[in-house]
Amino acid sequence: MIAIAIVRTKDLLAVVMLTGIYGLLSASFFVVLDAVDVAFTEAAVGAGISGLLMLAAITMTGRTEAPKRHKPLLALLVVFVTGGMLIYGTLDMPYFGSFEAPVHQHVAPRYINDSMQEVGVPNIVTSVLASYRAFDTLGEVAVIFTAGIGVLSLLSLPQRRRSYRLDESKKELMHEQHMVVRIVSKTLIPFILLFALYVQFHGDFGPGGGFQAGVIFAAAIILYAMLFGLDTAKRVFNQTLIQLIAAIGLLLYASVGVVSLFSGVNYLDYNVLADDPVAGQHLGILLIELGVGCTVAAVMIIIFFNFVGRREAQQDANEQNSTELNNSHELKSTELKSTELNNTKQNNREGE
Amino acid sequence: MLAHLSILQVVVPLMAAPLCLFLNRSKLVWLFALLVCAFTFVNSIFLLQQVMSSGTIIYQLGGWDAPWGIEYRIDELNALLLLIISAVGTIVLFAAHTSIQKELPESRHTLFYSLYLLSITGMFGIVSTGDVFNVFVFLEISSLSGYALIALGKDRRALWAAYQYLIMGTIGATFILIGIGLLYQMTGTLNMADLANRLAEVNQTRTVFAAFTFLIVGICLKLALFPLHLWLPNAYAYAPSIVTAFLAATATKVAVYLLIRFTYTVFGIEFSFSILPLQNLFIILGLVGIFAASTAAIYKTNVKHIFAYSSIAQVGYMIIGYAINTTTGLMATLLHLFNHALMKSALFLALGAVMYRIGSVQLSQFQGLGRQMPLTMAAIVIGGLSLIGVPLTVGFISKWYLLLAVIEAGMWPVAVLLLLGSLLAVLYVWRIVETAYFKPPLPGREAVQEAPWTFLAPIWILVLANIYFGIDTRLSVQVAQAASQSLFGINP
Repeated sequence: MIAIAIVRTKDLLAVVMLTGIYGLLSASFFVVLDAVDVAFTEAAVGAGISGLLMLAAITMTGRTEAPKRHKPLLALLVVFVTGGMLIYGTLDMPYFGSFEAPVHQHVAPRYINDSMQEVGVPNIVTSVLASYRAFDTLGEVAVIFTAGIGVLSLLSLPQRRRSYRLDESKKELMHEQHMVVRIVSKTLIPFILLFALYVQFHGDFGPGGGFQAGVIFAAAIILYAMLFGLDTAKRVFNQTLIQLIAAIGLLLYASVGVVSLFSGVNYLDYNVLADDPVAGQHLGILLIELGVGCTVAAVMIIIFFNFVGRREAQQDANEQNSTELNNSHELKSTELKSTELNNTKQNNREGE
Repeated sequence: MLAHLSILQVVVPLMAAPLCLFLNRSKLVWLFALLVCAFTFVNSIFLLQQVMSSGTIIYQLGGWDAPWGIEYRIDELNALLLLIISAVGTIVLFAAHTSIQKELPESRHTLFYSLYLLSITGMFGIVSTGDVFNVFVFLEISSLSGYALIALGKDRRALWAAYQYLIMGTIGATFILIGIGLLYQMTGTLNMADLANRLAEVNQTRTVFAAFTFLIVGICLKLALFPLHLWLPNAYAYAPSIVTAFLAATATKVAVYLLIRFTYTVFGIEFSFSILPLQNLFIILGLVGIFAASTAAIYKTNVKHIFAYSSIAQVGYMIIGYAINTTTGLMATLLHLFNHALMKSALFLALGAVMYRIGSVQLSQFQGLGRQMPLTMAAIVIGGLSLIGVPLTVGFISKWYLLLAVIEAGMWPVAVLLLLGSLLAVLYVWRIVETAYFKPPLPGREAVQEAPWTFLAPIWILVLANIYFGIDTRLSVQVAQAASQSLFGINP
């Protein structure tokens, strides 16, 4: 129902909210299926941060869908064929929850029976993700890092000195209006951050881990940036710093593997990290989860900051244009611009 | 350390990508990235040697046994692909510093190299692993970085091209993921070798059939097989020159690898070629692709477009060799993978040099360049001859083996059509030669200088490789033969 509503609705703001609900529903769906870790991720990512990012995108593009000019019949056909194929594929699947299903018979028994002795982590999902299939997780972190770098390479603006005077007065005005929200969230943010840390370090024992923790952590920062302005948030987390945090996260993860290599065993074999293999596994998982958390949080913040930074730059440009036109100070402004241009040119030369 | 070569091939560029951000000086980062790529190149040579002398390398990540953990499995095919990607990646990167000076703003240089390394990491990861889900993860790395790299193009249309590629590529990746999910459901394993064993029991089920179809369609989208090629021409045409040269030589090759790996190793030859009429389907699509794309190439006015369409046609040749389903056919495909990588990287890099000097690759702008940039243009001519398949170039070798395979299989009409298809290549290459050599320089344009040596060196290394491997075919043929025989389960 919600999926249909999402397709049919023309107001993009409503669409974003509906996708949030959709994410929450699928999260509860995963809970019903006993996949709490997946549910947690879906709740944090699908229902939480992706909505925020879409909102940030909408503020740049406008609220309503562009009217369609053509009827995409071919696309509809492809969708039906794909859907048909999916249903056809389910016909011979093992029954849902069946004990005999190959999924439960082949690799899973070892994970369930032996992971406690081999990895020593009560949460089996964590032991599979972070130890048995740790290399996949490293790949996933690299995917997230790639996304962050991709966004940076396309959206980042050259760092510029902004005119704080004008901005600040405007922002004060805007934020005064949201007094209640500001105070409530100000008290909430420390707890969100604390919760993120809890999720981060408790991932071995209960649902959670680096991915979810990173997203929650980033959500707190983004909340702060939304209410107190991007510039205030950037004073704490400036662009270069977050980039480096993202890089360090990935490096930390990969270096754990390199340490194993130098100890003479295969890549990402944690057994040698401490005297006792199980303690080694613990240490390894702790470190890589920390790496995951760093990269995920930093990349989410990078994406949000760059989206919003773009928008503010757009707004500034628009305002400048309009003020120029209104006050007909064109002469002055062109003079200013030319001096600015000269300045930047000089700077460039000095830089070279 | 010798035992860890296979993992180092992937991990070194993977770790180098974030390290780029710490250096943050265009030239320094370039040297660093070049060093890393050169390392992977040398490493891949060692790997190939090791595989050829002592057989498949198996490496268990995290020390866990195969179906529970992830394993790397490098046989002749993987080693060949690793060699192609790392060689092209290194040589092309050599020209990057000069090329992106004119095509990218200074602030993006570090990010560019970081993305380049991530992209190459993704490809290495795909062709090294013996685990199907790991394939998907690294496919994501290489695709995401690929989209971003293409979108960096100076032309505004690059954004739209990257967006199209993103949508098509994501659909392809999703299909592959659905296929992998269905396979896991039926077998409970993600390991390729294990899958091959366990699929035999259940391969008559509809779920496996659906999985097979999803995988094939998903891979063909990535492969840009006609008619799923629509994303390719613009993506190649508007991307930065270096990116085009790198992706054109590697991206589709990785997809061909996946197709071979899934059909031959995971599903098995018998199943793959009997459940769907793959042979006829692919031969027809390949032929139509060759003719449609070559004809389109003849009418294009942007030289990058011309060669992009030519790439689609070349995918047709590869897919025909594959679809013949004999050792010779597969060998022809593998040879063409290697040879086409050499031709296209040389050609697109030469176009990068033209872009550097005159800022455009419109055919009309090529007038008189034959005299003004003699070395660059000569490289384009030789690359073009190789594309056509003239003797003494690599193009001839792959076409020769392909024809042999087709005739061996008794498909005479296909052989005739293949030759006709090559004639179309003569036409589009001739158009460039004619404009560059036989038309007077554009009036009102200052004399264009020859490209700087940072361009000429890598271009000519590639061109000479085109000629060398066209004469001395021992290395390429030997490896291709060993790879195709091991895929067919014949022990030499």
